[in-house]
Amino acid sequence: MTHSIVPAKVYAGVWAVLIALTFTTVAVSKLELGEYNFIAAMTIAVIKGTLVVTFFMNLKQSSSMIRLFVAAGLFWLAIMFVFVLSDYFSRGWQPLGQWW
Amino acid sequence: MNITFEQPKIKESPNYLNIQYGWQSWLFTTDHKRIALLYLFSITAFFMIGGAFAVGMRLNLTSPHGLLFSPETYNKLFTMHGIIMIFFFLIPSIPAVLGNFLIPLMIGARDLAFPRINLLAGICIIGGVVAVAAVASGGVDTGWTFYAPFSTTYSNTHVIMTAVAVFVAGFSSILTGLNFIVTIHKMRAPGMTWFRLPLFVWSHYATSIIQVLGTPVVAITIVLLGLERLFHAGIFDPKLGGDPILFQHLFWFYSHPAVYIMILPGMGVISELITCFSHKAVFGYGFVAFSSVAIAILSFLVWGHHLFVSGQSMYAGMLFSLLSFMVAVPSAIKVFNWTATMYRGSISYDTPMLYAFGFIGLFTIGGLTGLFLATVAIDVLVTDTYFVLAHFHYTMVGGMVMAYLGGIHFWFPKITGRMYPEGWARFAALVVFVGFNLTFFPQFILGYLGMPRRYATYAPEFQSLNVLSSAGASILGVGYLIPMIYLAWAWNRGPRAPQNPWNAKGLEWEKSPSPPPTFNFDEMPVVTENAYNYGDESVHAAEARG
Amino acid sequence: MSLSTPRKRADKEDPLAESDVTLEALHPPELRHHFDTPEQQLESSLLGMWIFLLTEVMFFGGMFGGYTVYRNLYPDAFASTSQFMNVTLGGINTAVLICSSLTMAMAVHSAQLGKNKALILFLVLTLILGCVFLDIKFVEYHEKWVDHHIPGPNFQYADARYFHQAQILFFLYFAMTGLHALHMIVGAGLITTLIVMAARRRFSAQWYTPVEMIGLYWHFVDIIWIFLFPLLYLIGHTK
Repeated sequence: MTHSIVPAKVYAGVWAVLIALTFTTVAVSKLELGEYNFIAAMTIAVIKGTLVVTFFMNLKQSSSMIRLFVAAGLFWLAIMFVFVLSDYFSRGWQPLGQWW
Repeated sequence: MNITFEQPKIKESPNYLNIQYGWQSWLFTTDHKRIALLYLFSITAFFMIGGAFAVGMRLNLTSPHGLLFSPETYNKLFTMHGIIMIFFFLIPSIPAVLGNFLIPLMIGARDLAFPRINLLAGICIIGGVVAVAAVASGGVDTGWTFYAPFSTTYSNTHVIMTAVAVFVAGFSSILTGLNFIVTIHKMRAPGMTWFRLPLFVWSHYATSIIQVLGTPVVAITIVLLGLERLFHAGIFDPKLGGDPILFQHLFWFYSHPAVYIMILPGMGVISELITCFSHKAVFGYGFVAFSSVAIAILSFLVWGHHLFVSGQSMYAGMLFSLLSFMVAVPSAIKVFNWTATMYRGSISYDTPMLYAFGFIGLFTIGGLTGLFLATVAIDVLVTDTYFVLAHFHYTMVGGMVMAYLGGIHFWFPKITGRMYPEGWARFAALVVFVGFNLTFFPQFILGYLGMPRRYATYAPEFQSLNVLSSAGASILGVGYLIPMIYLAWAWNRGPRAPQNPWNAKGLEWEKSPSPPPTFNFDEMPVVTENAYNYGDESVHAAEARG
Repeated sequence: MSLSTPRKRADKEDPLAESDVTLEALHPPELRHHFDTPEQQLESSLLGMWIFLLTEVMFFGGMFGGYTVYRNLYPDAFASTSQFMNVTLGGINTAVLICSSLTMAMAVHSAQLGKNKALILFLVLTLILGCVFLDIKFVEYHEKWVDHHIPGPNFQYADARYFHQAQILFFLYFAMTGLHALHMIVGAGLITTLIVMAARRRFSAQWYTPVEMIGLYWHFVDIIWIFLFPLLYLIGHTK
């Protein structure tokens, strides 16, 4: 109707990459990377999520309005995280001295 | 259409009210106008129940020792008053009644985009029945904010039942917002561009953004609260390693924007009223439209001002304080633009306009005192006093309820096809205004003097102001009862209304009969001009009169 | 399809009373009375579904926010509890869900091509994979039950230092995976409906909107799991 049909092999390719990334993320979690374990795990998760949204959910061919809404949703999620964490991360800070 | 007031009795043309009869045609309707009326009746019932709790509280507070109720009962009274008024009256009031009824009419659509989802949302308001059932079976005493760990561990009342009620109401709110957004995007009539939309529609679009993006967060917060109450894992309990402030963050992430769910639609109504009864286009249409969207966005950045004294980091407090000041800017833009719209307009003092005047004055007081509270140093002193109480009643009751009543009067001819009695209506508007100020202005003073909220008793020196406030509340109560009576009368017996009794602009007045047919328009409209195109004649007419 | 056809108000009894051929073409059976064109209806449904998914993002987002806060407060306890998460089962489940996403995408693909048999086949496969996921999830929950890792009065934890903190993590684990599983169950019910509709030949290459909508929902549930898996199961070495 509004969008052209994606060939099945694209779906199969995305599926293969997703499965590969699942093995990767398990393998990476076994390595001792300190803080980077978390960063690696989240990076892989974001890549996987983006793949699903872009191809399986066909955001690639969706209207720009839908893309705008997705961006807005992620922006609002970011607002929640940033502002909630701004409280927790600044709890331990020292009170302002006389520097001002 | 030249229908006059003294029209002889003729058979009504088919409209949404008389096309079908029987309770099934109402309860299973997908007509947005009928669903709006279902909301109207249910929220009026909730308003009366919530009002009854307020009466109980004000009666109790006529004596410093508490006239009628034990402190435990008093706790339940203010809790149920808050929950019912906020979740079952204020949040659905204008969007679900007037928005539902008017948005398709205003944008030139036959219905909302998802009529069946609209019906589902309408049925979800029955969640309120669960809340009322919770009252009947013993009530709840946590305050409408459900603060943990009291609500999760210590309260012995029906917290979970009330939480379910709020969750279901939230579902209703989300579905309504979703429906409005899609409708406004996809269902506009040919020629109805974004900048020709009535400001009522803009404000509902902004409201819907908040409903859609905020409400799910309070939903999950309530789910976690219920699970915590069942399992006592300690997620919000400091004794078990949890952090109660996390609850407050998640709760206010929704509940602060929620106050804009309550006020933004009211602002939309006022924009319509002011322009219609000034017979003049809105001053600075773009500013008013974008200020709605700005409020929707900024409203999500300020919730921390509810946490100034609850253990939030000092730096986060400063950040939230600063951002809270910013949200005053778009609100002020609206007030200035309304005032500028009236300037040199030819103003008529019909009832809806009286409510609009009330809104502007009272909302301004409520908004300015909000700036006091956004200042950390002042907030520390007046936190949880009657000052806060008076502040938000000035915005919610003085603002939103005024706008709601104004809107109901304004669109009453469209909704029912009848006129209301103007004399009684003006009288009631005056009674509401006087009663409101008598009730809540003393509470500013009480709060400033240090009387804390949510207590059944108080120090004897506060008695005279409390009695004054209670007296005002009784006047306010009468002021709310009068419209219910004469509007019910007018619905059956009032004179027939013409299609456009106010000579207002807008598709709902110009293109659709009163009451509208099921599919809203006899001929689907095509829009060729901007909103509020009152032309210059009205201004010239005002100048000619001097 | 010409939009120059005058828009006429549809009568209650017979929406096509005054129709001519052009208007009939504008009113295929799936087109609801208040829309003008099938395109408008499809775009509205798509936009509505995406907005609904955004509400779901915020819904789960609240829990992810809570998780982030506690993980930052109690990194050691969270690392300690992760040894009790069954990475093998969680990993298998991730793969199962990704496969079900593929079959769901293929179901939509078949619907687009109007291949009804393939559509039913892929929907049934998706449903089976969904049930496999839920079954494995049940096995995991059962393990937790046996080990007394269900938060509440019977909660036990070997390392006394982390008793309360571990309980919070297990609470989050059950809340997040539980709500995810609930979404899976709803999705399975929706897919069953689709199978029935497809068996009755309700879908065609011109109209398959429900398949597309529920496909979007199913992929979204998959994405939630893609984030839950590393956050809950793979935190062993991060301190």
